[in-house]
Amino acid sequence: MTTASSADHPTRRDFLFVATGAAAAVGGAAALWPFVSQMNPDASTIAAGAPIEVDLSPVAEGQDIKVFWRGKPIYISHRTKKQIDEARAVPVASLPDPQSDEARVKAGHDQWLVVIGICTHLGCIPIAHEGNYDGFFCPCHGSQYDSSGRIRQGPAPLNLAVPPYQFVSDTKIQIG
Amino acid sequence: MSGPSDFQPSNPALQWIERRLPILGLMHSSFVVYPTPRNLNYWWTFGAILSFMLGMQILTGVILAMHYTPHADLAFKSVELLVRDVNYGWLLRNMHASGASMFFFAVYVHMLRGVYYGSYKEPREVLWILGVIIYLLMMATGFMGYVLPWGQMSFWGATVITNLFSAIPYVGESIVTLLWGGYSVGNPTLNRFFSLHYLLPFLIAGVVVLHVWALHVAGQNNPDGVEPKTEKDTVPFTPHATIKDGFGVACFLLLYAWFIFYMPNYLGDADNYIPANPGVTPPHIVPEWYYLPFYAILRSIPNKLAGVIGMFSAIIILCFLPWLDAAKTRSSKYRPLAKQFFWIFVVVCILLGYLGAQPPEGIYVYAGRVLTVCYFAYFLIVLPLLSRIEKPRPVPNSISEAILAKSGKAVASIAVALVAAGALFVGTLQDARAEEGGTKPPGNSWSFAGPFGKYDRGALQRGLKVYKEVCSNCHALSYIAFRNLGDPGGPGYSAAQVAAFASDYKIKDGPNDQGEMFERPGRAADYFPSPFPNEQAARAANGGAAPPDLSLITKARSYGRGFPMFIVDFFSQYQEQGPDYVAAVLQGFEDKVPEGVTIPEGSYYNKYFPGHAIKMPKPLSDGQVTYDDGSPATVAQYAKDVTTFLMWAAEPHMEARKRIGFQVFIFLIIFAGLMYFTKKKVWADSH
Repeated sequence: MTTASSADHPTRRDFLFVATGAAAAVGGAAALWPFVSQMNPDASTIAAGAPIEVDLSPVAEGQDIKVFWRGKPIYISHRTKKQIDEARAVPVASLPDPQSDEARVKAGHDQWLVVIGICTHLGCIPIAHEGNYDGFFCPCHGSQYDSSGRIRQGPAPLNLAVPPYQFVSDTKIQIG
Repeated sequence: MSGPSDFQPSNPALQWIERRLPILGLMHSSFVVYPTPRNLNYWWTFGAILSFMLGMQILTGVILAMHYTPHADLAFKSVELLVRDVNYGWLLRNMHASGASMFFFAVYVHMLRGVYYGSYKEPREVLWILGVIIYLLMMATGFMGYVLPWGQMSFWGATVITNLFSAIPYVGESIVTLLWGGYSVGNPTLNRFFSLHYLLPFLIAGVVVLHVWALHVAGQNNPDGVEPKTEKDTVPFTPHATIKDGFGVACFLLLYAWFIFYMPNYLGDADNYIPANPGVTPPHIVPEWYYLPFYAILRSIPNKLAGVIGMFSAIIILCFLPWLDAAKTRSSKYRPLAKQFFWIFVVVCILLGYLGAQPPEGIYVYAGRVLTVCYFAYFLIVLPLLSRIEKPRPVPNSISEAILAKSGKAVASIAVALVAAGALFVGTLQDARAEEGGTKPPGNSWSFAGPFGKYDRGALQRGLKVYKEVCSNCHALSYIAFRNLGDPGGPGYSAAQVAAFASDYKIKDGPNDQGEMFERPGRAADYFPSPFPNEQAARAANGGAAPPDLSLITKARSYGRGFPMFIVDFFSQYQEQGPDYVAAVLQGFEDKVPEGVTIPEGSYYNKYFPGHAIKMPKPLSDGQVTYDDGSPATVAQYAKDVTTFLMWAAEPHMEARKRIGFQVFIFLIIFAGLMYFTKKKVWADSH
């Protein structure tokens, strides 16, 4: 098949073979893309993930509610003065994931804690008002979060995430 | 698979594996050094094409199953939504649906090649029978797959085909109940068909392995039907056969892509865009084109049990082909009579396919009977007789000798191939939608027609207005979400315009914290609300006829184009039967009923509606909708605009389909050209 001369310097035949192989590779890779892309969320899922509005007026002090946004549970806690004070008394530098309470709530709405209720360890749902820090306790592997949703004890590496949200009015927030 | 391999990989890790599992050696001996006859023609590439198609169907099928819901209430919608919402969902669905047709097209070529060249003869009987088993499994798989979209044809096809088993004496009814899992075709039927449709392709793949194994034991047949004797008669499988097969697949992809990107609904049935309705049978039950010859045989025999037996016998008889045809000469190339009867048989099959798509009445029934007799006579009379009386031409001593003697025959062979391929399409296409006294709708010049068609944005926006102000009073548009109005390739509204449009609607939501339903302004993610809470209410408010959902109306309506137009349509890419029909019906109302036509009370005369008596009163009149862009406020303009809008509603990704199709074609033409020249180089030393 291949002659000795073609091994030494490229011939037209080599060029043809390389071009054909390259075309097959490019075509194959391009054809693969739809098969990968279809795994992403579809248009209806993306549309259903639009921001939601939550009315806070029925939530009394010391209570919390759970709402769902993009399939994730969001805890909205109406914190007591005591809870806020506890959260702010802790030296930030001593925390596993240092973050001040002020940075985790919206200024002027300090009583409202809004966090994604998914343990940063392996994704279980922590229980509110449990554990040693008046915050959240994850029953799966024992992670404990304080009243600011910050990790204090256990295997979880990070604080409970704060979702994107803003206050539309004093008693209404928009998540997303 | 052609004996122990002396293959020794140079890499130590591969050597380690090879000593324990000689799979590399197996691949090497089966697909690299395997000796393949030098004189194979392109008909032999269909084996590779079929392997490719099986892989394609399994791959796209597994992916479609990720987005499909096998439930009687959700199946139709889930197919529609996967086409609309999933990234490239339309492409994957077209690949799978057209892929089934391409798979059968290739298998028919492959089978007829086997018949023509006597590939079933000793020592390849088991190879042939395994092939017939694969074909039977394919038919079962194709049938069950066609049921899954749960449209009207799916449902009634399932009903008709499962009822075949009721012909069995004594136990027939019980078997049918067993197949259904109920007292009629329903959700349990759909569930098990989905399960089996997922299972059977893997059984096919398993039998394909046996098929290839048997092939590699007996060796490939070849156009001259003489076994390879010396090394000069064969070439190594790689690179010779692989590159030739690759070129064959590349050419086949061009045909496949034509269907995927330009004619996705050409081989389908418009009725299957109507959700399954157990209360109404479509006027013509037509199976997919690949079953039509057998369907014609079924209908030709005027006895239920005999018809079913006849149909199944027509397939099973293939298993006995090696013994029915006892001629010593394999290839019809050297059998002048067998060659002629072969082509007659091909024509008989094509005509049977044509008849299978025609209404079972008049001349068609008699023609069907004659052709059924011809079909069986080929196997039971012609072939056994020919093997006794035919005097074959001398067969060359070896393959090399045959190659040396070869002249300009290849041209003739290619010509025959083209004619046969064309004829096959002629015979297979469905033409069952008889006109039933309806006048054919006039053609229109649609902006979205043809390979570069695009929706006219102005027409889409005006059409939306017509829908909103007129049609939406009775007709739902339930698969369209407000967000779709801002999608690329659609009416082209901005996100803010979509939000404003949506907020005009009241959407029922809930339950709220008190457990009550409530109304709120629409959002982009909401779907167009339906004018009636349920079908009964729609029926009651409209004189007994529920106004159909319009989301798919331009794909769910069609009309027969007749011979030869439907062949021209394949090349001209005409597929606007639906829009032409919808636009015609909107303009087809006439106050004066022509003589001889009686219209029942509560119905209206429409020139283009099948049967002419339509329950919908004339919906549009001049000046009814005010256009802001200065377009004429006439019924003709309204009809055209709203039809354009509904075509977009039925196929929101059409522009992407045609754009990507063009890119794919450019690539495939270049690629097939490169493959051709590479193949020529590889084979240059071998001829």
